[in-house]
Amino acid sequence: MPDGDTRNVLEVNDLSTVFQTRGGAVHAVNSVSFHVKPGELLGVVGESGSGKSVTMMSLIGLLPSPPAEVRSGEVLLDGEDLLKVSPERLRDVRGGEIGFIFQDPMTSLNPVFNVGFQIMEPIRRHMGLSKAQARERAVELLELVGIPGARARLTDYPHQFSGGMRQRVMIAIALACDPKVLIADEPTTALDVTIQAQILEIVDDLRAKLGMAIVWITHDLGVVAGIADRVMVMYGGQVVEHAPVHPLFNDPRHPYTRALLKTIPSVSGARAKKLQVIEGQPPILGAAPVACPFRDRCPLVFDRCHQQNPLREDVGAGHDVACFHPLAQTGREAVA
Amino acid sequence: MLTFTIRRLFFAIPTLLFIALVIFMLLELAPGDPMANVPLTVPPEVKEQMRQALGLGEPAPIRFWKWIVQFFWIEPLNIFDALFGTSFAEGKLRIISWQNRAPVFIAIAERIPQTLWVVGTAYIVAILIAIPVGIYSAYRQYSVFDQAGTFVTMVGFSVPPFFSGVLVIIIFAVQLKWFPSIYDTTHVVDGWDAFVFQIRQMFLPVMVLALQITSQLSRFMRASMLDNLDQDYVRTARAKGLQERAVVLVHVLRNSMIPVVTVIALGVPQVFGGAIITEQVFKVNGIGQLLITAIQANDLPMVQTVTFIIAVLIVLFNLIADILYGILDPRIRYD
Repeated sequence: MPDGDTRNVLEVNDLSTVFQTRGGAVHAVNSVSFHVKPGELLGVVGESGSGKSVTMMSLIGLLPSPPAEVRSGEVLLDGEDLLKVSPERLRDVRGGEIGFIFQDPMTSLNPVFNVGFQIMEPIRRHMGLSKAQARERAVELLELVGIPGARARLTDYPHQFSGGMRQRVMIAIALACDPKVLIADEPTTALDVTIQAQILEIVDDLRAKLGMAIVWITHDLGVVAGIADRVMVMYGGQVVEHAPVHPLFNDPRHPYTRALLKTIPSVSGARAKKLQVIEGQPPILGAAPVACPFRDRCPLVFDRCHQQNPLREDVGAGHDVACFHPLAQTGREAVA
Repeated sequence: MLTFTIRRLFFAIPTLLFIALVIFMLLELAPGDPMANVPLTVPPEVKEQMRQALGLGEPAPIRFWKWIVQFFWIEPLNIFDALFGTSFAEGKLRIISWQNRAPVFIAIAERIPQTLWVVGTAYIVAILIAIPVGIYSAYRQYSVFDQAGTFVTMVGFSVPPFFSGVLVIIIFAVQLKWFPSIYDTTHVVDGWDAFVFQIRQMFLPVMVLALQITSQLSRFMRASMLDNLDQDYVRTARAKGLQERAVVLVHVLRNSMIPVVTVIALGVPQVFGGAIITEQVFKVNGIGQLLITAIQANDLPMVQTVTFIIAVLIVLFNLIADILYGILDPRIRYD
């Protein structure tokens, strides 16, 4: 939980990212704004292709450019706009002040270097430690993420680790220089459920210990419900709903959020004949959106949705939603 | 790794014996007579006696066995004697060339330096050019540099050395008179001027050969780099805040070198084998030249021995490539 510190460690305003491909432009991120406070965990949910990962990678220039191009916006890390700083400064931020964990631990580590080398790299780059000091720090980190026999495992290669252990190594790398912000891009998607639970526990534990802000990208709503303080729902490269975790699950306002929550199969009660799905595919936006991106799949669609793109509007304490329908403003009481 | 190497060396023995047999049988089947160049005035019975003197009267299995003994026992003894001044091989018959009745290995020892100087230099020059060019082409894919590189390598790859060799002779030796057109094998490097002359006479053949080898290697290097540049671990390396130089030259390069090193190692036997056409064009008296004249003269012991030495080198460098592969890629363990 935020510890009374009300300043935002990371604040993103009006970020837009466009991919210039041979088949035309793809507007992957459209005017996304959000913020995180120290010690807070922001969950980002949405189905594949909703722009979650691209948004986060845009923050620290990890997208290959070309084709990616950050068109507008500002990314304030403690007030410093990362979109305007020099490449050299941006490299200091990456791995030093913002740590990144990627989805697939099987391919995210370099197969031909031992994990000790890979963990020590950012330590030596950002903290300027000697080789011996960096080694000590690496052992410390591996112990922190719960790898048994840490010292002996430094000289092991990634293929000698299981998937869960590799993801712990990735977390150790991301945490190496005590970052202010940790961005975790679906870190548990490629892992099985028991390992996932262990990783979640480690991250929750580390957040309490180290007090960093975490942005956790996932499409698993169960994970978000378990660990997030606030949740941001993305669709079509836009934020469609944003709320503290309890209001979001108890009182979802956006039709997309409701649909997402309905897709979770219930383990109690009568078994449904078919799993709930959201029909159709998320859109690929060839131009900046001028209408609601969810209109083609929305059960509540009406005229205005085709003519205007809804803006995010406050509907309660820290809860905002981008939808024109009266239901979104009034909440669930009106549904019944 | 050691057990693997020993096992592989052990398995190489039957392979090499089989290769030796195949070469021998092929040469046996080939038409041709070592006496073909003897003047017609020499009576047939004298020619027959000469054939007998060369050992051709013996049945093929006996001749094969004799060659095996000479190659694997008597010639190594001779090398040992030459190195340590002993006389273990005295009085034993060596592999004798049918052209000049001199031991085959002496001719090979005379020719090897020429080939290594010219072809070996070309190979090293090619590697030194191809690897940076391949790296940069891949890193800036479809840039002007990459496009130009692709064009030049396509030309270098598709123009045969008998054409490019003659072309550079016409341009640089005949028209511009910068370099000699013929390689002087008897030239001795004994001072600075002689060294400069050696470099000048090597320049054109090295250029022709290096163009061809660079073309192949740089394409290979580029493709291998491209395979690795969009891997997830590259993104991880960038997310750590490493310099682009470190990302490309440490993380990507190490992975990309794995297949390229194999190709380089497997190309080394060709260096020893010489570049037959280029050696002909520039009159370099190397191994390629030796082999081609031996074939023309039906000098079977020479052809058999040179071909077999090349086969040994190929087997050996296959093993070296496998070992290098194991060193570069920790995922590969042979034991």
